[in-house]
Amino acid sequence: MSPNHLRTDLELLSNWIQPSSHVLDLGCGDGTLLEHLRQQRQVTGYGLEIDPENVTRCIAAGVNVIQRDLDEGLSDFKDNAFDYVMMTQTLQAIRCPDQLLPEMLRIGREGIVTFPNFGHWLARLQLLRGRMPVSRALPYQWYDTPNIHHCTLRDFEALCQKLNIQILECMVVDPEHKSSWGMRTFPNLLGEIAVYRIQRCLET
Amino acid sequence: MPESIPENSVGLVKPQTAHFAQPLALDCGRTLAAYDLIYETYGKLNADGSNALLICHALSGDHHAAGYHSMLDRKPGWWENYIGPGKPIDTNQFFVVSLNNLGGCKGSTGPTSLDPKTGKAYGPDFPIITVRDWVESQVLLGERLGIKQWAAVIGGSLGGMQSLQWSIQYPDKLRHCVVIAAASKLSAQNIAFNEVARQAMLRDPEFHEGRYYEHNTVPKRGLMLARMLGHITYLSDDAMRAKFGRELREGKLNFGFDAAEFQVESYLRYQGESFVDRFDANTYLLMTKALDYFDPASDYEDDLAKALAPAKAQFLVCSFTSDWRFAPARSREIVHALQQNRLAVSYAEIEAHQGHDAFLIKIPHYIAAFSAYMQRIAKEINA
Repeated sequence: MSPNHLRTDLELLSNWIQPSSHVLDLGCGDGTLLEHLRQQRQVTGYGLEIDPENVTRCIAAGVNVIQRDLDEGLSDFKDNAFDYVMMTQTLQAIRCPDQLLPEMLRIGREGIVTFPNFGHWLARLQLLRGRMPVSRALPYQWYDTPNIHHCTLRDFEALCQKLNIQILECMVVDPEHKSSWGMRTFPNLLGEIAVYRIQRCLET
Repeated sequence: MPESIPENSVGLVKPQTAHFAQPLALDCGRTLAAYDLIYETYGKLNADGSNALLICHALSGDHHAAGYHSMLDRKPGWWENYIGPGKPIDTNQFFVVSLNNLGGCKGSTGPTSLDPKTGKAYGPDFPIITVRDWVESQVLLGERLGIKQWAAVIGGSLGGMQSLQWSIQYPDKLRHCVVIAAASKLSAQNIAFNEVARQAMLRDPEFHEGRYYEHNTVPKRGLMLARMLGHITYLSDDAMRAKFGRELREGKLNFGFDAAEFQVESYLRYQGESFVDRFDANTYLLMTKALDYFDPASDYEDDLAKALAPAKAQFLVCSFTSDWRFAPARSREIVHALQQNRLAVSYAEIEAHQGHDAFLIKIPHYIAAFSAYMQRIAKEINA
């Protein structure tokens, strides 16, 4: 994927990144986002990625990639080591999202998380018909999906509340990048991909 | 022997020797008054001298990293899989320098060389050399060859320790640092293996306190045992199982101790015996000490990140999943320290069953990641 045809959520969230920030991208894939941010926002930082072919692609693209399984946690990163810790379309494939989210916010000042919304009306409709949802945002069959922790916008927000995580901003889009009045009004029903900006709640 | 030289080999190569008459002050407090370094080069240095790569060798390695010395050679250089035209270290693009380190036994000044003071071989009187000393001598060789800054310093195992030390000791003299299957220091277990290897040699009756040359003998049994032990630690349990299993050479048990019955015994004996013919016990002792002593963080409250603070290079770090001699966790420590300094680093943890030896072997992900990194360097210098 060339930087001109960024995945929808990537383009959106790069607007949230301050120039010259130090970032960590969890599950960075082929490094598209980091390369884009380096060019557009002069960011520095690293991507973590488990897939060997993606690791090679990152190296070829000049993206700093650290081969690593996110399920092993982030314990060897220090507190506040990064301005932003990002995780795009990876949350649903993580073994313990409830442990990883606080870790993201321990090592980063802010977190950015995107995931496919399992509460989208098409998913609900397919479930009503008795089948697991398959869509543009959820392209896998139940038996071959890497996604083990699907959630809806409301589920995610409830978890944030439980973990004392503050939601700074939320956006929903379709896989074409677009948002609409409908999506903004009924995000959990009409939004296909959720994009959240989060941070630790200040201790009271 | 090769019937013909493969097209992707650097072909026939001839080692060269550089003599240094300036004394070299060593970590141990002693000084080498003069010394030789033997080295090989592959490829051509470009006009602005920007395409030079330095290859640092491991414990039993030497300057002969690629190609053949003659058509009678049974095997090519030790990193033939990775150095040559079109290979990850592409000699069409890079000028590659590979030397035998000080203390070696393949042509650089070491225990087998004549001590000008006595006219006899140094033997046990050769000073203990450290990784830092090696880097110091490698810098001088680079200057001799007209190389102001290496495009990359590259090494596996003990060689990776040298490239890491380069990045700390001479941060302006390299742009990239490739550290493969290495560690920033040995573990107690690593040192323990080295100690058993040393004791095997030191306690061999033929060792004669290191002056075996004068007795026209070599501590064959000790060196052989040391090498056999080393080989066990270079392979993984899985690799040994796959290679030898419990296979018997004669298909039956012989109920005795003399013959090598299991294939694995035969392999280790062969490796040990052939090593005796090509290596020196005093050099082996020195190399194990250089390994044991390496610990750049020790001067910085054991904080590797602080030790690496002067580094400026960009890094590629690779490890292999089944390597238990220098496990991936050791490489991760290096990556972690680099990342704390916000240095550019990529890390590939390569799925491989071959153990520590994997860094010499053709493994698709390793070739792909290593090549991708080297191509990036080539692009920077328009090679």
